[in-house]
Amino acid sequence: MSKAATFERGIHPEYHKELAAGQSIVQAKLPQRVVIPVSQHIGAPATPSVNIGDEVKKGQVIGSTTAFVSSPVHSSISGKVIAIADFPSATGRMVQSIVIESDGKDEAVPFKEHPDYLNLPPEEIKAIIKDAGIVGMGGAAFPTSVKLSPPKEKPIDTVIINGAECEPYLTADHRLMVERPKEVVEGLKIIMKSLGVRQGYIGIEENKPDAIEAMRSAASGESNIEVRPLEIKYPQGAEKMLIKAINGREVPSKGLPMDVGVVVQNVGTALAVYEAVRYGKPLIERVVTVTGRGIRKPANMMVRIGTLMSEVVEQCGGLVEDAVKVIAGGPMMGFAQWTLDVPVVKGTSGILVLTKDEYVSSDEYSACIRCGSCIDVCPMGLNPSMLSILSEKGFFEETKEYNIFDCFECGSCAYVCPAKRPMVQLMRLAKSQIKP
Amino acid sequence: MATEAKAHELIVSVSPHVRGKETVGRIMWTVNLSLLPAFIAAVYYFGPRAAYVTGLCILTAVLSEHIYQVSLKKKTTIGDGSAFLTGLLLGLNLPASVPFYIPIIGAVIAIVITKLLFGGLGYNIFNPALIGRAFLLISFPKLMTIWTEPTARFVALDAKTTATPLGILKEGGLSQLMQVFGDKTELYMSLLTGNRAGSLGETSVIALLIGAAILLYRGYITWHIPVSFLATVGVLAWVFGGQSGFFTGDPVIHLISGGLILGAFFMATDYVTCPTIRKGQVIFGIGCGIITMLIRLKGGFPEGVMFAILLMNCFAPLIDRGVKSKLFGAVKEQKK
Ligand code: SF4
Ligand code: SF4
Repeated sequence: MSKAATFERGIHPEYHKELAAGQSIVQAKLPQRVVIPVSQHIGAPATPSVNIGDEVKKGQVIGSTTAFVSSPVHSSISGKVIAIADFPSATGRMVQSIVIESDGKDEAVPFKEHPDYLNLPPEEIKAIIKDAGIVGMGGAAFPTSVKLSPPKEKPIDTVIINGAECEPYLTADHRLMVERPKEVVEGLKIIMKSLGVRQGYIGIEENKPDAIEAMRSAASGESNIEVRPLEIKYPQGAEKMLIKAINGREVPSKGLPMDVGVVVQNVGTALAVYEAVRYGKPLIERVVTVTGRGIRKPANMMVRIGTLMSEVVEQCGGLVEDAVKVIAGGPMMGFAQWTLDVPVVKGTSGILVLTKDEYVSSDEYSACIRCGSCIDVCPMGLNPSMLSILSEKGFFEETKEYNIFDCFECGSCAYVCPAKRPMVQLMRLAKSQIKP
Repeated sequence: MATEAKAHELIVSVSPHVRGKETVGRIMWTVNLSLLPAFIAAVYYFGPRAAYVTGLCILTAVLSEHIYQVSLKKKTTIGDGSAFLTGLLLGLNLPASVPFYIPIIGAVIAIVITKLLFGGLGYNIFNPALIGRAFLLISFPKLMTIWTEPTARFVALDAKTTATPLGILKEGGLSQLMQVFGDKTELYMSLLTGNRAGSLGETSVIALLIGAAILLYRGYITWHIPVSFLATVGVLAWVFGGQSGFFTGDPVIHLISGGLILGAFFMATDYVTCPTIRKGQVIFGIGCGIITMLIRLKGGFPEGVMFAILLMNCFAPLIDRGVKSKLFGAVKEQKK
């Protein structure tokens, strides 16, 4: 077998995937109520299209949009709208949200099926994907329909399904690939069709041999889809790193994957695309890995969008005694939560609970000892040491010379720093003080 | 619903939420440990005085850092092992015969003037131990160049004084060096094991290489500085170091004598005072090598490693500014 593909630099954190990797996806209980933010994606928020007191059904549009870079939201249960107000979201901000109380019936609006989904014209596929509210489910939550509509001068020739799942602990994509490989492949085929692309790849880190095997056999009949094992290395799943690993193309600094003719979609997104185009099902649920030593019974759960994390955590046995940190997403780029009463949204790949002894404080960090470790690992080839020092001293303008805006806050530099410097915080500080 | 969260005081901080195991202390203490073989060799060849001189350096270094920080109401950082390391390195760079005040003065200069007054670990421009040593050499040239003969087997009582191999080479050339050591094999063997005059910790090449191997294996140092430094010295020694014209020098003698091995692996690689980018480190190493050989062959001192590293320390920030690692996606952007 050829050597696993990868990119330059990066880190090898402890993965702890074993906590949840063996857990088959289970259906979470129907939530009592859901809190559905109108903005779960990058771009313009949707506008609520229901009023307090309205009865809604599962799959019904409750927030609509006319903007190009945006996404509608749907009710994930059937019941009654009881509030439309600002609620805390997983990113720490307050976001306008529609609260629906369940009637326990879980009645759905009729979904429009397309048994001949591979023969639909591209424009119709894109419209279905947009109307289904599908956004990138790996975490960034960029509207998928936008990615599928590149400007004419950027021809796309390759679609890559991102099954790297390089964030430690998380196993949601892993389980999807093991349990529903056929549907993921169909999703990829639909995406390729919508873009008129002939070459598709599925990139999977080598620590998921069962997923590689399942995807290989699911794609065995497809001559233009290749499953590529990737080296186990963080951040292998970052778009630019993934593309570099798969076909050697280097997305230009400050550029996008489409600049090198590539569209990347996450495993969960591919599945959502399939379900939307084939069965007319909007994005109203997703797989969430609930894991970490701080959780009693780690699991991979199919959770309705808008379910409060507290409900999900409870179904996983609750928190252990010395749980100190709850993270939406993975440990490298996820968001720490101050309360469990925030909803699972389209981009929530995991709920990770860390215990006291796993937690490393950055409160007491020291001066940069110039060890150079951060430079050795930065996947973007930056000098994080210099950037952090400039930011710390308030020389924000100067950070531009060192390409601060190429930093995508992967946290690799902070991970290796022996002085435990708050690298990502310093990067964000500098970015917030200047314009690109 | 909220009770669960309230029962737990949740910590909110910026990602990443997990960190690697390395700490400054772990690195520094490992470097200290990697110098243990050299220290043992020093005691073996130069007797208990070696332990006394080195111990005094360490004690003074650690104490002066502690007193300085406590009196300024700062948090003491002696636990991170870097003051210990400065003391240890200074000790290993001194001759065995120095009187007690020499280690004390050297260590205070190293810690207080070179490191703490510049802002502490991370802010100093010069390698503290080397500044300590340079200060001593200039202020006490006599005391700092009395080299006792290695006696081995702990009988250092009536140790004779002698010159270092590089000193002999400078004064009397290769032929005299041969006279002192016998034949070339014997000379090489003495240099490798450390059975020769010199600073306490610099003599045993084998002991030093064991320590260096540990650091390379752990990834605490990389090959860039030592290899470029050594290669430059070797090439220059071969080209210019001979007495019968170009390309007749003996690179091996130059490589394994003096303080080169100690300097190249343990002092030039000091994080704070060398460039951070690997490419820059190669430039740094080459610079160290050139200056070392310039001093050894043309200068007034038989040994130039110390001054070479100190001089290059000045250039480290400049090198860091001039050399950049390759930005991801940079090439394509220029092509556009
Ligand atoms: S957070 Fe930014 S600077 Fe640090 S390693 Fe990642 S991309 Fe580089
Ligand atoms: S890893 Fe930390 S201590 Fe080392 S150079 Fe980077 S910022 Fe400085």
